[in-house]
Formats: sequence, structure tokens, C-alpha cells
Amino acid sequence: MSEQANRKKFLYVNRRAPYGTIYALESLEVVLIGAAFEQDVSLAFIDDGVYQLVAGQDTAGVGMKNFSKTYRALGDYEVRKLYVERESLAERGLTVEDLMPITYEDEDDDYAEKPSIHLTDRSEMARLIAEQDVILSF
Amino acid sequence: MRFGIVVNEGPYTRQASDSAYLFAKAALAKGHEIFRVFFYHDGVNNGTRFTVPPQDDRNLQRLWSELAETHKLDLVVCIAAAQRRGILDANEAKRQGKDGDNIAPGFRISGLGQLIEAGIQADRLVVFGD
Repeated sequence: MSEQANRKKFLYVNRRAPYGTIYALESLEVVLIGAAFEQDVSLAFIDDGVYQLVAGQDTAGVGMKNFSKTYRALGDYEVRKLYVERESLAERGLTVEDLMPITYEDEDDDYAEKPSIHLTDRSEMARLIAEQDVILSF
Repeated sequence: MRFGIVVNEGPYTRQASDSAYLFAKAALAKGHEIFRVFFYHDGVNNGTRFTVPPQDDRNLQRLWSELAETHKLDLVVCIAAAQRRGILDANEAKRQGKDGDNIAPGFRISGLGQLIEAGIQADRLVVFGD
């Protein structure tokens, strides 16, 4: 079987704030390990999951590891499709300006730096979810 | 059909492990294949042999171990999640300088790659637990 035939569409759905539970961190651990398997990977950020990408996170007060920098490194792992739900941002008084700039280098376009974050309407998100082979929701 | 199963919750607090067990049993009874059961997050707590539930209740760890033995199931506990939560096999206990191990029969500790592989190899990856 060719590698292409083994390539599946993986979607990691991030629904929770980064530090109230361990799910965001352990989701990221799966994404990083999964990157080695060269699948078609997308990440979705919905509900409180949009807080995972907010810029300027400071965890000193709660004594937890600040792992937010890892999201900015995702491009180096060929993880380039981060879909952030527009309504979830708006419901929390956030805009894309509040999020970390996350980019990747496009090797097919002279290594131009391109944004990994795509603002996605709720209805588009439903379509994105429907077309996946494997969904892991955290 | 070939199923992969993911268990994301520990035993007893939530029903997820029970549901996953019953699903696995039903799928096998119908002649389906279970490629692997992967335990993640608090789900790793299903894999300690040191749980002692009351005698008039089910023993989930034992149920999983027996199912694994009967059907040669591959029960994999995520190593990173397990280390955080104190689930160790003899090798890990030695490597980490701990004075004992608690992995249950039929379970093995391995990496997250086993979860991704289950997603790739299974026709359906079924996730239990929020």
C-alpha cells in the first residue's frame, strides 16, 4: 500500500481553556507526536479552546508550565491548519488580534511566511468536521 | 470492521471505561476486530492492578485484563500520561528509581504513536470519555 493511501485526515478539536484542565497540554502532545506520521492534520479551536491561542499567557500565578509557545512552533512540525471558530471568539469578546501570530514557511512559495490561523464560521466548522477520517476531541 | 478504541477517563468516576469495555465486548461478539485499546488522560488509571473496588461491584481493571486475555487485545497505556499519574511497569519503575510497579496484566505502556497508528489502521476510531 502506498503512503498516500495510508494518509488520513486527522482533526484535533480543542474545546477547553489551556490551564483549567490538562486536556489542552495533552492534546498538544498528541499533535506533536502525530506529526511524525505525515497525516493530513488540522486543528480546530472552538468554545473555550480559543483561549489556548491567546497572546501573552502568563502562568506564574497558578504555578503551571506555560506551554503556549509550542503553538507557535507547530509550523515546524508541518502542522499548518489551525481553524479558529469565529463565533467562539466573538462570544468571549476576543478578536483575531488577541491571538498569537502563528505562521509557517511555505516551501512551495520561496519559504514565504504564511498564517496558520484560519477564522472559520460555525457552519464551515461543521463541514470541516464532517470531512475528517479521525477526530480526537480534547 | 476493525475498531480502534480510546478511553479518556479513569474507572468509576465516570462511565466511559465501562462503556468502552461493553462496546469492545459487543463488537467482538459480533465478529469485529479490535485493533487496539488506547488509554489516555485519566484513562491510564484503568491500567493499575492496585484498585480494590467493593466486592459487590464490578472490577473494571480485571474485566479489561480478562477481555484482553480472551481475545488477545492490545491494551496500551500512554507513557507520558501514565508517568504523570503514577502508572508504572517494572521497566519504568526501575528507570525512574521507583520502589514498585502497578501495571495490570494484559496492559502495556507505550507512546502516543500507538494512538496515531490506531487512527490510521482502524476503520473507525471510537473515543470514550469527554
